Amino acid sequence: MLDATPKEFTERTSGGMINPAKTCQPIGAMYAALGVHGCLPHSHGSQGCCSYHRMHLTRHFRDPIMASTSSFTEGASVFGGGANLKTAIKNIFQIYNPDIIAVHTTCLTETIGDDIPSIIKDADIPEGKTVFHANTPSYQGSHITGFSNMTKAMVSYFAEAAAIKKEQANLIPGFVNPGDMREIKRIAHLMGVPFIMFPDTSGVVDTPMTGEFVMFPKGGTKLAELADSGASKLTVALGRFASSDAAEALAKKCRVPAVTLKTPIGIKATDAFVMALRRAFVKEVPWALEEERGQLVDIMTDTHFHFHGKKVAIFGDPDVVTGLTEFAVSLGMVPVHVLTGTPGGAIGSDVGSFEEDIAAIAGQSGHKANIKAGGDLFALHQLIKNEPVDLLIGNTYGKYIARAEDIPFVRVGFPILDRSVHSYLPVVGYRGAMRLVEMIAGALLDRQDRDAADEDFELVM
Amino acid sequence: MAQAVAIDGRQDFITTKGRQISRLKCDDDSIAGAVSQRACVYCGARVVLNPITDAIHLVHGPIGCASYTWDIRGSLTSGEDLYRNSFSTDLKERDIIFGGEKKLAAAIDELVAKYSPKLVFIYSTCIVGVIGDDLEAVAKAAANRHGIEVIPVQSSGFAGNKAAGYRAACDALFRLTAPATPAEAALVGKDRSINYLGDFNLAGEAWIIRDYLAQVGVDINAVFTGDSSYGELKKATRARLNIIQCAGSMVYLAGRMEEAYGIPYMHVSFLGLADTADSLRRIAAALGGGSLSERAEELIARETAKVQPVIDGYRAKLAGKKAAVYVGGGFKAISLIKQFRELGVEVVMVGTQTGRKEEYETIDSLVADGTVILDDANPSELEKFMTEQGADLLVGGVKERPLAYKLGRAFIDHNHDRKHPLSGYAGAVNFAAEVYTTLCSPVWRHAKMGGDLDG
Ligand code: SF4
Ligand code: SF4
Repeated sequence: MLDATPKEFTERTSGGMINPAKTCQPIGAMYAALGVHGCLPHSHGSQGCCSYHRMHLTRHFRDPIMASTSSFTEGASVFGGGANLKTAIKNIFQIYNPDIIAVHTTCLTETIGDDIPSIIKDADIPEGKTVFHANTPSYQGSHITGFSNMTKAMVSYFAEAAAIKKEQANLIPGFVNPGDMREIKRIAHLMGVPFIMFPDTSGVVDTPMTGEFVMFPKGGTKLAELADSGASKLTVALGRFASSDAAEALAKKCRVPAVTLKTPIGIKATDAFVMALRRAFVKEVPWALEEERGQLVDIMTDTHFHFHGKKVAIFGDPDVVTGLTEFAVSLGMVPVHVLTGTPGGAIGSDVGSFEEDIAAIAGQSGHKANIKAGGDLFALHQLIKNEPVDLLIGNTYGKYIARAEDIPFVRVGFPILDRSVHSYLPVVGYRGAMRLVEMIAGALLDRQDRDAADEDFELVM
Repeated sequence: MAQAVAIDGRQDFITTKGRQISRLKCDDDSIAGAVSQRACVYCGARVVLNPITDAIHLVHGPIGCASYTWDIRGSLTSGEDLYRNSFSTDLKERDIIFGGEKKLAAAIDELVAKYSPKLVFIYSTCIVGVIGDDLEAVAKAAANRHGIEVIPVQSSGFAGNKAAGYRAACDALFRLTAPATPAEAALVGKDRSINYLGDFNLAGEAWIIRDYLAQVGVDINAVFTGDSSYGELKKATRARLNIIQCAGSMVYLAGRMEEAYGIPYMHVSFLGLADTADSLRRIAAALGGGSLSERAEELIARETAKVQPVIDGYRAKLAGKKAAVYVGGGFKAISLIKQFRELGVEVVMVGTQTGRKEEYETIDSLVADGTVILDDANPSELEKFMTEQGADLLVGGVKERPLAYKLGRAFIDHNHDRKHPLSGYAGAVNFAAEVYTTLCSPVWRHAKMGGDLDG
């Protein structure tokens, strides 16, 4: 299917994309907003964007994804969307009755320059209801940027400074699955650390089947918690691309000290997360977690010979890719090509470069990796053609390359459109790492079985 | 959710057969603030044109529009697969301020150098409509530079809904198929073959119909646009008749071709036994009857004899079940109502995204009293009416699937996610099997704690 991808590199200067490794801001904002309890994400733009974002999230999570749209028409695009947004806000409260509306812009409304805060100020908002917003121009950054912007908006709208800090942590999980968010919460619970997690899409996009359709499910961060986040002793931002902006905003607004860690994928990053909680809250690490960690190490030693020296290509969202690369190295694998579609850092933040970060991690494998930020899958495919790998890790779109080059493929990240259950099961934490070991080893060994000549086909591996 | 219908201005989009005369609004835009199921102009245009397999489909806009439409349509190909890639100019802030024409031209140059296509479509998105890039000029210059066809598709998302996108696609197709030389113009309508419009070869459906018609003695010249190629479409005007499956997307093009070239068209439907037989008969008759009609009757008899017992078997299991239909076009809804009737399943709710007035009238005449008919429904309306009307099954698209499941109701994808063909005799069996599989799955029994498998 990708037979037409040439092996020879020719410089591409147009700035166009062939098979993108990212998508646009609003979908990230929509996903983040779903992580607030009783909140309906609202897409300020034309119907198409909203419909695509809902469709994409629906395919990944296999749950109904609710969001409303301003339904732009030609007139609105010429005269501005103020009237549309005000009508929309009125209609939404009247019809769907959410507690909160989270407005995000699209490239269209950004370009015509709608001033969202003043429109919201003029809007008819019923007693006790709230509207907040984030600007998410889709021609900057990626869906990760949009997630970051909406998460930051939660801080700037709702967090309240408190003179006396409570013994509690803020946890910002980043753009990960609800299964991952549950795992991060479980670790914090085991540590005995009181916490506020935002956004929190667990219980919203992984709801149980009850025979009833609930427009605003039980999950999501409560408004009171968002307000209270200003009273926390520490913010732990997991994943600097998706989470550090909000953490910094909280530090500025409410003087909550912040640490930014890697998304806790793999043993090292999970250790760092656990230790950060331990340091700040002077708790012993409980045996339950020690035990899990020990089991993970046991599994890693049991299987290390499967991984050693294996070449791997990893792509996807920067925070997830960083964690995966670090874990691959700790398993003895060699990250040969590492690519993200999200360029640079979150806008306006002092996030360091993806390339430098990955180079430092991958360098530990003794090999100089090809690293690309802001790349596309055409570029990745070309890299792989020139230096083949034993394994590809990334989102669903990797399947084209995996097929064209006949490489074992492990699906991690967003979006995953061709498999189910993944969003329920974590890749973060020690348990997530165990799952990753199983998935990666499974893919490699299945391949070995498939390719084995009769005389080499073995029962015990 | 009972207040769902209290939504101001939505009453006119919903009607109940028997209680009031049909006066359904369907061409208006969705209401601001609605959780609308509707898509945009670009979406409509892309759906129609994407199955042209050897074209570069270049989306001029920010990355999202291209990302979301990357190979999600399920149109199969028997030849090239360039269309399964995602090409975007990935407009950035700079381009928005200074204009995106240069970037577009450069992107076309790069793609042409890499893939040597014969045809490039450039789709405009919302933002391009606002900044006012001159797609026409860029396309013309690129076409001259490379000696290939570069066709702009005017599909800025806000300029209407999906139906407007179908029109934009039809305009592009009309342009593509226009005879370029007097020699070609002389061939208009001269071929013995026909064109098949509005089948996108989902799960290989166009192949099934091509095969049936071959058995009847009718050649298909070009399928618009399922599994089609530049070369086929270039010869499209030679056909003597256009048949249309998806009316919503293709009537407009057929009308223009009739007007410009005198090629007549007729509606067909290959969904369900009755419609399939009827369509084969009418095609044979339109092409002169005689031996064509004889062969059509033979095919109908042969295939019906094969599948009728299978369908009857399912019918026995499905008696008394009720279905809700929510699909894109009105024509498809009509076919589904008939097809469910063949299975002994009653349709108690019908909705469409882009149905036309005449189609709603036909729907109204087909369904039983008390059936709810609605245009551009939102999820809470779907829930309300499915529950109230006691539907056991929903037919819909990707966003409706989890909604139905959450309600503990069966579901069938009749959109782009279908994995087996639903057209023709083979399709009718697949459809019946799918209705049975989902309606009678044991999983529904577990919805309540302690639900048992023998129940
Ligand atoms: S890139 Fe812009 S127009 Fe396209 S889907 Fe995203 S927000 Fe909508
Ligand atoms: S009505 Fe349905 S089949 Fe026709 S173009 Fe639209 S989505 Fe496709």
